Amino acid sequence: MYEQIGIWLAAFFTLAIYSFLYKENPVYRFAEHVVVGISLGYFMVYTYNNVLEPRLVRPLFVEGQLGLIPIMLLGLLYITRFFRSVSWLSRYPIAVVFGMAMGLSFPRTMLSMVLRQAEATVIPIYRTGYAWHDVLGSVIIIVGTLTALIYFFFSKPHKGWFFGTGSKIGIWIIMIAFGATFGFTVMGRISLLIGRVQFLLTDWLHLIE
Amino acid sequence: MLSLRATVPAMVLFAMAGNVLAQQGAGVLAPPGEVTVSDVPNDGGDQLLVCFEPSPDDERVNSYTVYRRMQGEGDDAWRPVRVLFPGQGTSFVDGRDPDYSVRPGQIYEYRVTALSESGEATGPVYVAEEAADGEWFNTNKVRILIGCAVFLGLIFFFFSKAQSGDKLYLRPIPGIEAIDEAIGRATEMGKPILYIPGLSTISDVATIASLTILGRVAKKVAEYQTPIMVPNRNPIVYTVAEESVKQAYLEAGRPDSYDPDSVFFLTQSQFAFVAGVNGIMAREKPATNFYLGMFWAESLILAETGSLSGAIQIAGTDAVTQLPFFITTCDYTLIGEELYAASAYLGREPKQLGAIKGQDYFKALVMLIIFGTLVLGILDVLANTDLVAWLDHLVTSPAAG
Repeated sequence: MYEQIGIWLAAFFTLAIYSFLYKENPVYRFAEHVVVGISLGYFMVYTYNNVLEPRLVRPLFVEGQLGLIPIMLLGLLYITRFFRSVSWLSRYPIAVVFGMAMGLSFPRTMLSMVLRQAEATVIPIYRTGYAWHDVLGSVIIIVGTLTALIYFFFSKPHKGWFFGTGSKIGIWIIMIAFGATFGFTVMGRISLLIGRVQFLLTDWLHLIE
Repeated sequence: MLSLRATVPAMVLFAMAGNVLAQQGAGVLAPPGEVTVSDVPNDGGDQLLVCFEPSPDDERVNSYTVYRRMQGEGDDAWRPVRVLFPGQGTSFVDGRDPDYSVRPGQIYEYRVTALSESGEATGPVYVAEEAADGEWFNTNKVRILIGCAVFLGLIFFFFSKAQSGDKLYLRPIPGIEAIDEAIGRATEMGKPILYIPGLSTISDVATIASLTILGRVAKKVAEYQTPIMVPNRNPIVYTVAEESVKQAYLEAGRPDSYDPDSVFFLTQSQFAFVAGVNGIMAREKPATNFYLGMFWAESLILAETGSLSGAIQIAGTDAVTQLPFFITTCDYTLIGEELYAASAYLGREPKQLGAIKGQDYFKALVMLIIFGTLVLGILDVLANTDLVAWLDHLVTSPAAG
């Protein structure tokens, strides 16, 4: 009984969202507001159960970890936004979060986005036993990375044999990579659509077994 | 991932049950040997390397269970901290699992039990020779330090150059130049501008770049008296975006024109957020849509709806998998680092120009290494040398940076 109600609701909301493909309409608007409202309520409960309760409420009020009090007070400063005369206080937790985010991401980005990428490019073009396609692969990796970097070099105009030709090859390499990514992702999206259509035809309409 | 708190007792029970059922009179199992414990270097003082000698009857052992207690605790304090099955070796790092954390400076005692089909054999109790001790300096990260120091040095060098009045050249980027044009279009049409600062958190570099651009866009919007809508998915990003827009109206000399409802929080759910923004696009028909920041699977849904609504669209992200969708559906797309550079282009402040120049010359260093790889690779082929391996060692070695 409840399962059937769930299937009918899921089918209704699937079709309501798909009705946007025709045009914006009251049914879509209803589904949109329901999904936004429910998700908001769900995340409030989720945040309490998965963040506030295990990381603040229980350690502080049950286990007595008093060191969490300054952090709780800092977090509470966000609420000062609702009081115009002291709303400036909410900038303190924002500044702390901003600074922490920048500080933490700087060395991480340097390692993962710069050093590791540079290391992965320092590869031999040819080694004993390499087939022709291995050599081609090495050349594409080295030349592709070099020319893509030339494209993102902002201090020189894209003119001349090095910066002009290099950036042109670079943007070609980038676009070929994007094309491959596009095709790969579209395939994934099509499988999602197939999944939804399968749900409608199998679980809801029972047209296929 | 299952936590060790749940898996370790389950594994112990499983191994013991198998053991009891299968006791079929084989010889008595010899216990495992000595346990050695050493501090793990370059950590925060919360990890210990535990090694033990396997049982002489190792080939008959189904599993080893390592128990731990604090020095001075009673027999009921033993807790299984790790189960090792054949092939998993006889050493592990204790303290990696937060459920079985190691306290800095605390001396622990360990014992190992071997389980086989013929029975169970528990080795003697060993007191750890060392306690976990933290280090102030992680020697494994020397090259990151050198990389960061060179990078920051370049930025400060160009920053001081820009401040001293030197004119720093930056080549034009079409997507950035189109921002003013797009704001002007919305003003002429009398329609709002929709600005989405991505769906990620404040710790994302793309979000930070987007919020800086939002400040510039909002300042122009305030000057032109064009309405702006900034829906947000993340509460922290929302508060920063609100501050940024409010500040921009103040800088433009029009604090009274600021509409507190222009920056709003929608929902944290990814696709509910998309449904909400799509509805806004369909109903409000904004003249210009900005999608700048971090996006995931929603990028195409947003940009396609915006395209159907007839808006001019400018997107920018460093998400490689989403860029193709923006390129196909938006009028202008800022690819990767162009997004980071956009705020400097718009503001032309010495600090930001210096940062872009510093990044550029750091890129030039990386390009030099790659160019060197190409040249040395050709030399290796022609002269049968191994120069690329030398360069690889130079780049990857922590001590060499």
